[in-house]
Amino acid sequence: MTLGSIRHQIRIGRSADDVWARVRDAAGLHTWFPGLTDCQVDGNNRVIFLGSGMAMPEEILVNDDVQRRFQYRITAPIFRHHRGTIDVIELNDDECMVVYSTEADPRTMALTIGGGTAGALDELKRQMEEHH
Amino acid sequence: MGRKILFVTTDQQRYDAIGCNGGMVARTPVIDALAAQGYRYERAQPQSVVCMPSRSTMLTGQHVSTHGVWMNGVALPADAPSVAEVLHDAGYRTALIGKPHFEPFLDPFLRFTENRLSREPLSDGLTHRGFEHFEAATHGGQGMLHYARWLAANHPEAVGMFYPVLDGSLEVNALGGGETGAPQVWENAIPKEWYHTDWVADRTINWLDGLDADDDWFCWMSFPDPHHPWDPPKSELGRIDWRDVPLPDGYPQTAAEREAILDRKPRHWKAWYEGTLVSNYEAPADWVPATLTADHVREVNQRNAIECELIDEALGRVLAAIEARGWGDDVDIVFTTDHGEFQGDFGLLFKGPYHVEALMRLPLVWRPAPSSTPAPAAVTRPVGLVDLAPTFCAIAGLPVPDWMEGKPLPSSDADADARGFERSLTEWDSVLFGVAVHLRTITRDGWVCTTYQAGHSHDGTEGELYSLADDPLQRVNLWDDPAYAAVRDDLVADLWDHQPAMHQPLRRVEAPV
Repeated sequence: MTLGSIRHQIRIGRSADDVWARVRDAAGLHTWFPGLTDCQVDGNNRVIFLGSGMAMPEEILVNDDVQRRFQYRITAPIFRHHRGTIDVIELNDDECMVVYSTEADPRTMALTIGGGTAGALDELKRQMEEHH
Repeated sequence: MGRKILFVTTDQQRYDAIGCNGGMVARTPVIDALAAQGYRYERAQPQSVVCMPSRSTMLTGQHVSTHGVWMNGVALPADAPSVAEVLHDAGYRTALIGKPHFEPFLDPFLRFTENRLSREPLSDGLTHRGFEHFEAATHGGQGMLHYARWLAANHPEAVGMFYPVLDGSLEVNALGGGETGAPQVWENAIPKEWYHTDWVADRTINWLDGLDADDDWFCWMSFPDPHHPWDPPKSELGRIDWRDVPLPDGYPQTAAEREAILDRKPRHWKAWYEGTLVSNYEAPADWVPATLTADHVREVNQRNAIECELIDEALGRVLAAIEARGWGDDVDIVFTTDHGEFQGDFGLLFKGPYHVEALMRLPLVWRPAPSSTPAPAAVTRPVGLVDLAPTFCAIAGLPVPDWMEGKPLPSSDADADARGFERSLTEWDSVLFGVAVHLRTITRDGWVCTTYQAGHSHDGTEGELYSLADDPLQRVNLWDDPAYAAVRDDLVADLWDHQPAMHQPLRRVEAPV
């Protein structure tokens, strides 16, 4: 088995619509994902720039305002498979749950990226609740 | 002017890897001489048998559950307590040169300070974990640490000479080499002068050269070897012929013997041996221990011993530099490692959730400053790496902070008895890709006792119990022997009486390693 599958989630004290507005902004990921320095979006293609200097090409697969789901895959050759999924789930009018899932083959990359996504959720919560 | 401290660590080195502990392969005259002048500990144990938790214990003086770095890939928070900070605040100049590993190495986002410091050096007056000077290295020539960047800048042709630690799937490589095809054995064409062992010594000497004569200083010189891969400079291979390397006592020489021994242990032992379960990222996922041959063991141990000799010689160069500065009488030297290595015991290599002597009995030598007129001694009572940070405070004449859980190392068995050195605790928790393994171990009164909590392969009733006097190779598991039930129950009760509770909330895994 070479597929790694990691899930992180966090409760945020803001409405699902408010949080989704940040998550759906594909060009703004680096503003709440620690370790990213920039994002460039061209249609369904996005390139993220990592703190280590690496540029990582991605394809945006889903940006669904109804389900509040954002999905993408890293297309760099080192990945045999990748799928990143961010779900914003309404809990009540002022609170939502954000779930950031990562599948990757090689599975080691799921662990490595997964640590980053957990940090991103922490930062998203901090920003959303601080600016409320 | 007080006593200065040179703290020397290696990575994944067995107790019997050095001559003063009975090692017969590597020649380690420098360490042996230090042991003869000071204290040699015969029962020094780690609080974890993997790098990041164990190193975090050295720095904080805390058990693993207290500092919360429960496995490789879990980062020690940047504001965690640090003995280096205590010493720096007391006026010591402080440096860490070599392998730190308090934060994950696999860090493409460059989220962790350790990995950024080669690009963003500490500004004047700032420290990281109490270290004002920080130059990092690990096992190869690639990556973001200072050594890799130095090698790429000065000797780019050598970067690719090291063993490829990760394979094409980014798993720890199982590729074999050398003359026997032993896993992680490699012929490294790098000149000795460019190898990380010499680099660590060179950079240490360079830092010491920049200090004022009357500075007090604490230098953690941290060699990445003899941790696998076993790829010392090829020029050094002639030191030892692998064919002459004796098989270790712990290596059962027939498959039937190996399997019979493993059948007496909790089931994850045999499952790893047969290649059906890997619970530690640093054990190559594609390597099956049952394929290990006697010649593999000989060649691994040859390369390992050569790496130990290179460390000993590098340490000798640093000690000569210290003498040349006129500091020799006022420097305490502490030599140890973070955890052990199987090196063929039970037919296994590397490490994992296996709390036996190969991984838990460590070399530890403390040569106090000669000006303190120490009485050399061999100390047999159990001590732990948790006792190092308090020892450094004591050397510096500072009170041991309340947050440290160890005690300054004893200078003799009598001193150990007077100050209550009775037990050592070791923990393991891992959840690699859903494989949960949880061990808690106590070493006391000549016994080593491990209790397993429920997980992937265990229902929580399993354990291991060995008499270190009667069964030094830990081959006969007495856990379920009714004749030893009282001993077992007493040890387990004592373990839980002293085992700190796990830090909450549980720190998360940030990367595989």
